[in-house]
Amino acid sequence: MTSLEMAPANTGPDGTAPLLEVRDLHVEFKVRDAVTKAVNGVNYSVNAGETLAVLGESGSGKSVTAQAIMGILDSPPGRISKGQIFFQGQDILALAESERRKLRGAKMAMIFQDALSSLNPVLSVGYQLGEMFRAHQGMSKKDAKVKAIELMDRVRIPAAKQRVGDYPHQFSGGMRQRIMIAMALALEPDLIIADEPTTALDVTVQAQVVQAQVMDLLSELQREYNMGLILITHDLGVVADVADKIAVMYAGRIVETAPVHELYKRPAHPYTRGLLDSIPRLDQKGHELYAIKGLPPNLLQIPTGCAFNPRCNKAQDICRTDVPALVPVTEEDGTELVGRASACHFWKETIRG
Amino acid sequence: MAELKKDDGNDATPNVSDVEVVDAATEDEAVAAVEAPVAQGEPILQVRNLVKHFPLTQGILFKKQIGAVKAVDGISFDLHQGETLGIVGESGCGKSTVAKLLMNLERATAGEIFYKGQDITKLSGRALKAVRRNIQMVFQDPYTSLNPRMTVGDIIGEPFDIHPEVAPKGDRRRKVQDLLDVVGLNPEYINRYPHQFSGGQRQRIGIARGLALNPEIIICDEPVSALDVSVQAQVINLMERLQDEFNLSYIFIAHDLSIVRHISDRVGVMYLGKMAEIGTDEQIYEHPTHPYTQALLSAVPVPDPEARERRERLILTGDVPSPANPPSGCRFRTRCWKAEDKCAKEVPLLAIPERFKGSDSPAAHESACHFAEEKDVVGAA
Repeated sequence: MTSLEMAPANTGPDGTAPLLEVRDLHVEFKVRDAVTKAVNGVNYSVNAGETLAVLGESGSGKSVTAQAIMGILDSPPGRISKGQIFFQGQDILALAESERRKLRGAKMAMIFQDALSSLNPVLSVGYQLGEMFRAHQGMSKKDAKVKAIELMDRVRIPAAKQRVGDYPHQFSGGMRQRIMIAMALALEPDLIIADEPTTALDVTVQAQVVQAQVMDLLSELQREYNMGLILITHDLGVVADVADKIAVMYAGRIVETAPVHELYKRPAHPYTRGLLDSIPRLDQKGHELYAIKGLPPNLLQIPTGCAFNPRCNKAQDICRTDVPALVPVTEEDGTELVGRASACHFWKETIRG
Repeated sequence: MAELKKDDGNDATPNVSDVEVVDAATEDEAVAAVEAPVAQGEPILQVRNLVKHFPLTQGILFKKQIGAVKAVDGISFDLHQGETLGIVGESGCGKSTVAKLLMNLERATAGEIFYKGQDITKLSGRALKAVRRNIQMVFQDPYTSLNPRMTVGDIIGEPFDIHPEVAPKGDRRRKVQDLLDVVGLNPEYINRYPHQFSGGQRQRIGIARGLALNPEIIICDEPVSALDVSVQAQVINLMERLQDEFNLSYIFIAHDLSIVRHISDRVGVMYLGKMAEIGTDEQIYEHPTHPYTQALLSAVPVPDPEARERRERLILTGDVPSPANPPSGCRFRTRCWKAEDKCAKEVPLLAIPERFKGSDSPAAHESACHFAEEKDVVGAA
């Protein structure tokens, strides 16, 4: 809550609302005669200066939620069938498209996964960075270029002045990702959504080396501008390094939320526990890895009851019939654990054992 | 070994024409050697000073070589039976080229690869075919490495077309079903197509194809990096189980240092075509002496938020230099915080560093650095 007091400008009209609040969001895709339910009732919130990590496997709906927030969902076939998204106290789903467009880039920005395909290969990076200023602020080409150089310096691209006219292919993967970050930061937005900002960098250790640089840069800039940051990832290692709180998604729902330290110490959902146990650790060498059995569900036919039940080792009859609600997690004596919730019928057993 | 060394003078750059001149007697011997079980205590694979340069040419009609990309530039290692050797390194360091050279998909520019004492870079014909049966590969991307127009049965059974001695025609279907069962897939899926499977299942199909000919060595090039986290563990466990069951040797190429540690007995760290450091997993991960290894290890995200306060981060600046024009002396010196004049002049050899020689400490393993010293960067608990 301290982050809220520090940033009154970023809070809603009543002074307590979070920067962004997603309430009961449902997104579906109509493909031929079938309906794929990608997001099925997601709730989360981000305060100014806070980092929320949304963790999930492919197909868990983490990126679709982000696209719905940004208003860049492919529709058709995508459709928000239910729910609200409050940004600075305002329901942005009720806004006209022209209003949404003013928000994008200026108030909320997104960093995409694959920097090479997100940048236009036939325009110089300086031109693409300057476009933000020209389009939103009506700046002249010359001023926009000066601004672009400033931004490149900001994200520590060496020799920014000489490289402003270079094209995306002339930069390495890490540098390109910095340009994407610079572009998102250009108008100093209040919210940044980073969709797997480090995964596409390289399929090798470079990713990990550059990753450390990029993640450090991102969190440093976030502190400076007091932005809210939503980090979408599947990498539990990256999350542990930068996030304040975590929301774990599975089959389009949030199955657990917790502050970062708590989640790693005492997961309250069998899926989170399974994920944590299934990653090999650099500083520990075990014999056999724990593996979650089975496969992520097909979104055309999500299992009844708890979507995780076919893969869960704690599943009982109730799990196959009743969808578990996301309920607050408490200590054994009933004291509330701030920010913790779990969508499991047996969270009590899970957190304690 | 001495005998083979003698040939080196004229065979330093073997090309196809001089390799094919193998008389039948030696070919028979070679086939026999390759098919015999490996001698007790002998490494199954010995790589010595392996070099692969890709020429850079200029001109259309009169091609002129103007340089070479030194993808692999003199690496040596041994692989024992039943062992897993992990190879890690940044992109462009040559680790995938090493895999191709070991498979004999690329001809080495120089150096030797001894499989059971036979130099496979100089083999051809029947002898090479016999070697290839015993060295198989599992590829990175299970989405593109399976032919979408072939059924799973055809994909896994295709190696039998090339090596019919392993499975007679009438027996193939049963063999393929056995293989599906071994990798944990339903044998009834034999007539399905790859698109009907998920990523993890496809990688199992790729592994089944690799196992079809009962090989002794499997080279895995990033076998789990395209898979979801919850499925990675399943595939890793499967690979470990198969290794025990069939006494396989793995060369495991990956970028994820945590997974490499989990599966490997020994680990080699590559940088710009050279081996920077090689040792057992404990030596590399807990007692790294090469600055590059230390930097790599310190950058790995650890899934434990408490560890982030404890760990020291060595962040490398800059990018990997071009392998067409590598730095003089030590190739890592342009990014190294310890670099001195000596590093620009002398190429550090891969050997146990002078200061650790004769000591029992785990730091006494091969490291190619003039200023090798121990540093615990993982913060092992």
